[in-house]
Amino acid sequence: MEEGNTIAKRAGSRLCCLCNERKPALKRPKTLEQICRDCFYNVFEEEIHQVIVGNHLFKAGERVAIGASGGKDSTVLAYVMSELNRRHNYGLDLFLLSVDEGITGYRDDSLETVKRNEVQYGLPLKIVSYKDLYGWTMDEIVKVIGLKNNCTFCGVFRRQALDRGAAYLKVDKLVTGHNADDIAETVLLNILRGDVARLSRCTSITTGEDGPIPRCKPFKYTYEKEIVMYAYFKKLDYFSTECIYSPNAYRGFAREFIKDLERMRPRAIVDIIKSGENFRISTSTKMPEQGTCERCGYISSQKWCKACVLLEGLNRGLPKLGIGRSRFLENSNDNRKEAKRNDGDRSIESKQCGSLDF
Amino acid sequence: MACNSGNCQSNCHQNEQVAENDSIPTPTTGSNDGGHQQQQGVCLKCKVSPPISSGSGGGGTGDEARFCADCFRANLFGKFRLAVTSHAMITPSDNVLVAFSGGVASRVALQFVHEMQQRAQKNYEASKDRSLPVFGVGVAFVDESSVCSISKDGVEEAIQEMKSTVSKLAPPVKQFHVVSSASLYSSGSSDEKDRLKKLIGAVDDVTGKDDLLMHLRMWALQKVASENGYTKLVLGLCTSRIACHVIAATVKGQGYSLSADIQYVDARWEVPVVLPLRDCTTQELSILCRIDGLKPSQLVNDLPSGINGLISSFVRLLQEENPSRESTIVRTAGKLTPFHFNRVPEINDSNVPLATIRRQKRYNLKPQESISSESFCPICNSPVIDSNSPSWGSPKTCQFTEFASSCCSSCQFQILPQDQLSMKEFCSLLPERLVARSKPKYNGNLDMLREQIQDCLLSDSDGET
Repeated sequence: MEEGNTIAKRAGSRLCCLCNERKPALKRPKTLEQICRDCFYNVFEEEIHQVIVGNHLFKAGERVAIGASGGKDSTVLAYVMSELNRRHNYGLDLFLLSVDEGITGYRDDSLETVKRNEVQYGLPLKIVSYKDLYGWTMDEIVKVIGLKNNCTFCGVFRRQALDRGAAYLKVDKLVTGHNADDIAETVLLNILRGDVARLSRCTSITTGEDGPIPRCKPFKYTYEKEIVMYAYFKKLDYFSTECIYSPNAYRGFAREFIKDLERMRPRAIVDIIKSGENFRISTSTKMPEQGTCERCGYISSQKWCKACVLLEGLNRGLPKLGIGRSRFLENSNDNRKEAKRNDGDRSIESKQCGSLDF
Repeated sequence: MACNSGNCQSNCHQNEQVAENDSIPTPTTGSNDGGHQQQQGVCLKCKVSPPISSGSGGGGTGDEARFCADCFRANLFGKFRLAVTSHAMITPSDNVLVAFSGGVASRVALQFVHEMQQRAQKNYEASKDRSLPVFGVGVAFVDESSVCSISKDGVEEAIQEMKSTVSKLAPPVKQFHVVSSASLYSSGSSDEKDRLKKLIGAVDDVTGKDDLLMHLRMWALQKVASENGYTKLVLGLCTSRIACHVIAATVKGQGYSLSADIQYVDARWEVPVVLPLRDCTTQELSILCRIDGLKPSQLVNDLPSGINGLISSFVRLLQEENPSRESTIVRTAGKLTPFHFNRVPEINDSNVPLATIRRQKRYNLKPQESISSESFCPICNSPVIDSNSPSWGSPKTCQFTEFASSCCSSCQFQILPQDQLSMKEFCSLLPERLVARSKPKYNGNLDMLREQIQDCLLSDSDGET
């Protein structure tokens, strides 16, 4: 059921499609063209360069932090960014920024990889840890709240942690390794969950321009499979395990579907992103109003930022604070919006774990 | 007014449940979405009759365990009627064509439209002045046996069954039309079925084949509707299929046109298309068919292949995981901005009662923008986002490239052939009326304008390149 038929047929001539000189070494996941390694490196790097230039992601002289987890996306991102910075004279000051959530057997291993990257790529590294910022590690959090909703805590905390680390490094921008598959999954998830506001924002290549630190995703159109291929051929050093707490994430559904889709029609991933960009979403849709958190001063649309709400819950021994649809809280008004987002979470996860008492 | 618990996000049925528990000591598991209730008492709504599944030894879940047959039917018909009246889908002066595939949804659509017509007929006969005429109803079936792998006899038998079903739904009498997609070719060509087969064969992509057939089906329905004087086309498109369409459109890069296809009313067609069953799920419709003995036809196609098949299994999986997922998907997509043609054209007919006109004005969507001239893909009729505007006027452009560039990107990829040579042949295989749609309508005007300014033009080619 392959649909790059004509292209595949043409390439039966056993020379790389692009340079017509060398023998092909691989089939490009995005287009199914049969090309040699060097051409693959070229087209991979060139496409990212075009995305960076075409979307005006950076200005010369900017300090840019690369969110580095030690995984394949961030390792390849660090490698390609420093390479393109050198080759095309972007004039950027690059840093590595890593977050230590305190997950033994996962994060401590991947951090070793990042420390090696610091040496290999010559980029200064800063590690921020949940323990230092919030007084809790993810392991401790999971012990208290269990395996439901732990992703919520981790995600909310990480966002703030990255912003605080970026502020410490005094950088102008943050880049993350979100790839095309991630963004396509997010578009689907937002459709499934009913989140139109997020649907309108999730395909932007730069977000948070009106916030503390703008973030961009140079890998927006880069396929995950190609990133893996690049890392494989270049023999880049990365840590390849999934978070040990993640198996029940709802995103798994979308990911499975996209993997099957990619097999049938590789360009569908970019088509999903294109659909996401073209959805007719009214700009008068009620967007949350931006203010600051009363407790910590971080950006927030409610009285307290989500991280403070969650922390408060942890510290007071109320692990459900800020999760799900709350009826009995002082801030119940504020939490209803967040709660709606988690509602789908709750009904699904309650089914999967078999426990009905929530 | 009881809400349909399958779709309702609040926990009102749970409250009813609590009230129920006081009077009837039945063991219940009391979960949030009520999917696992073993209510052996009475219908939640009327509190009199037993629920649908009580006869079958218990174990029914969802709506079957909550409602009795009458309340369930009333609920479903209520949703249908609300959709029809609030969007002025059917007015007394209308002649309505019901697209009938033999499947569960179109069977229910036909049944409900018939019941509505019957009531209108009774009212007409009972009224003294007979001021409100009764709307007319016809039924159309698209015969795709020439391109699908169904036996000729199988089709014949099914068509006979459908004919008898339709004839039983009288009075008032309804005309039954059988139309083939091949009829889209200009009349007189004896090889229409062959051309159609060749056309489908010329599409490489499996999903593209599926989709092209679907588009041709719609064009065929439009043709039979306009030729026989029908003013509205009723489709049995339900929540479940719309949810699949939402995902399919996203996956095929049709995010821009998605909001046009999923509204209650779609007036970009010559005969406006209305979806009165938009708020009903396939499951509900199947239950209704079962309790009312409405037999769906055996002809309904098995699982679609390609991407459409992948998507149906995906949505089914999600639905099993959470029974309200289909409704959530449709609700989300419903928040996208519709187009200006997604409302019934304003009724100017004096026969239509003032109440209907007023109601239509109230529910009609206020146009958010001025009515912009959208261009539409000649194959699937979806509004095209502007990057593909054809180059007008320049006589040197190949007409086939013009045709290709006027199609939406999804049709360009999955239906049209990729190279120039096959393109010419493909265009010759398409029904002429489709190809004609891509011709720029401005050619005549452009030539006239050009004459007037000819003396000031410096180069041969036009500004648009």
